[in-house]
Amino acid sequence: MRGTIVVFRKEIYSIFASPIFYAASFIFFVVAGYFFYSNALYFSILSFQATRDPFLSERLNLTNMVVTPFFGDLSIILLLMLPLITMRLYSEERRSGTIELLFTYPLSDVGTLLGKYLATLLVLVIMVAGTLPYMALLESFASLDWGIVFSGYVGIFLLGAGFIALGIFTSALTENQIVAAVLSFGALLLFWALVWAKSYLGPLGGRIVELISIVTHLEPFTKGLVDTRHVAYYLVFTFFWLFMTIQFLKTRYWRG
Amino acid sequence: MIIAESLTKNYGLKPAIQDVSFEIQRGEIVGLLGPNGAGKTTILRILTCFMPPTSGVARIDGLDTSTESLRVREKIGFLPENVPLYHDLRVTTFLRFAGAAKGLKGKRLQEEMERVIIDCGLGEHRNRLIKHLSKGLRQRVGLAQALLGDPPILILDEPTTGLDPAQIVEIREVIRGFGGDQTVLLSTHILPEVSQLCERVIILNKGKVVAEDRPENLRARIQSGVRTLVRVRAPRNTFLERISLVPGVTGVKASEKEGEFVVESKGDESTRAIIARTIIESGWDLLEMTGRDLTLEEVFMHLVTEEDLQLD
Repeated sequence: MRGTIVVFRKEIYSIFASPIFYAASFIFFVVAGYFFYSNALYFSILSFQATRDPFLSERLNLTNMVVTPFFGDLSIILLLMLPLITMRLYSEERRSGTIELLFTYPLSDVGTLLGKYLATLLVLVIMVAGTLPYMALLESFASLDWGIVFSGYVGIFLLGAGFIALGIFTSALTENQIVAAVLSFGALLLFWALVWAKSYLGPLGGRIVELISIVTHLEPFTKGLVDTRHVAYYLVFTFFWLFMTIQFLKTRYWRG
Repeated sequence: MIIAESLTKNYGLKPAIQDVSFEIQRGEIVGLLGPNGAGKTTILRILTCFMPPTSGVARIDGLDTSTESLRVREKIGFLPENVPLYHDLRVTTFLRFAGAAKGLKGKRLQEEMERVIIDCGLGEHRNRLIKHLSKGLRQRVGLAQALLGDPPILILDEPTTGLDPAQIVEIREVIRGFGGDQTVLLSTHILPEVSQLCERVIILNKGKVVAEDRPENLRARIQSGVRTLVRVRAPRNTFLERISLVPGVTGVKASEKEGEFVVESKGDESTRAIIARTIIESGWDLLEMTGRDLTLEEVFMHLVTEEDLQLD
C-alpha cells in the first residue's frame, strides 16, 4: 500500500516522542504486575494449604489459576489504555491541520490508515511482550503449560488489534482527542458488557449478544484453544472498523 | 498547466464557489485574491486533491484531480493555510517524512532535503523540534516541504500571513525566485503582495471570479485617464470650483487631509500643466503635485464591493 511504510515510520516517531505512550505503558506495567503478583501470591497461599489437604492439591493448577485469569486482567487494562494510545491518531491531525498535508501528499487513504494502524499494533506488541518476563519468572519456580501461554497471548493480541481498530475509527470522527478516547472507551465497554444481556434476552437474542460481545471470544484462547471461529471474529471486528474509518475519511469529499 | 472548468463546490446546501473557471500557463505566477470567505481555500483544496468539486473539472497538467488524484498530487507542492506541521518532529525528521511521502528515496531524498534546507535558510535549525521554532521559521519549514521533490506546480495558501515585515520580504524573495519552469498559484488577501509577486491576478468574491487580468490592466480598466494628487494652500470651495472648470478635468475631490485634492483628468498628462498654471495664476501656493494611480486596494475594493470609485 502506498504510504504505509512512510506513515508507519512517522507515527512511530510521534508515538515515542509523546508522553502519552510512556504514561500509558508505565501504568500498564504497574497494574499488570500487581494483578500478576496477586494471582501468584494467592496460588502460593493455596498450595501451602494444600500440603495438608490432598483433595485440594489435586485441583490446584498453576496455569489455570494464575495464567488464565491474568489474560483476563490484561484485557481489562488494554481496554483502559489502548484508547489513550489511539485517540490522537487522526484527531490530532485534524486539530492541527496536518491532515491537509497527509491528504495532499501522494499517499492513498488506505496506505495512510494502515501505517497508523501498524504503528499502534507495534505499541501493543511492545506492551504485551513486556509481560513475558512474568511468565519466565513463573517458569523458574514451577512448570507452565506454554501452549496455553502462547494461545493466551495470541488471543490478547487479536483482542488488542480489534480495540485499536475501533479506537482509530473514533479518532477519525473528531478533532478532540478526549472525545475520541471517551467514544472508543465507551464503545469498547459496550462490546464488553453486551454479553450480560444474555440472561434476559432469550435463546436467539442471547446467542446474538454472545456472538457480538468482544470478551466471550477471548475465553477459549486463555484456556489453550485457538479456534478459527474466534480468530475470525476478531479479524472481522478489526476489518469492520478499519473499513468504517476509510468510509468516514471519504466524507471529507462532501463535508469540506 | 492548471485548468479549472466551471468548478462548483457546495458545503451541504451552501455553495462555497460557483462556476469558477480559469487557466494558468506553465511558468506563470498567479495570485488568487479575495476577501476572507471568498472561496480561495476551497479552490486550492480542489486543485490539490484534498476534495473533489461538486461539479466541474480541475485539470493539472492534463490530469483530472478527481479521478487521477495520486498522479496529480505528485506534481504539486502545497503549503496549506496556517502552515500545519507536526510539532513533535524535528525539522529533518519532518522533511524526511514529507520527502518520502512524495516518493523520494535514498540519495535523491538526502539531496533534496539539503537543497530545500539551504534554500529556505533552515541550516542552523535543522535539528530543532518544530514546536520550538518561531512562526517565521515554521513558515519556512512549510515552504521547504512544498518545495521538496522540485514539483512543477506550487500552490501556496496565504504564504505570508502572520509574519513580520522582514520575514514577509524574505518569503517573497524565495517565491519570486520560482517562476521560470515552476508554475505558482498563491492566494492572499494582502494586495501589495500581488502587485509585487504576480504576473496575473484572479479576483474572487462570494465564490465567483469577478476579474482576471494583469494587475496594471485591472487598474487601467477601472480608472480612465490620469489622477493627480495636489497639495495646495487655497480656500477649499474656490479651489474645487475653479479647477473643475479646467478643460480636460473630469473630477476634483478633496481628500481627508487638509489642503489635499485628487484631480482626475482625461487624456495624457498635459492637463497637469494647465492645472498648475491655474493654481499659480490664482495666487495660491502650490506645495506638491504628484501622479497618483489607483492602488490595487482601490481596484480590489471596487471589484468586490461593486462601488463606483470614479469621480463624478
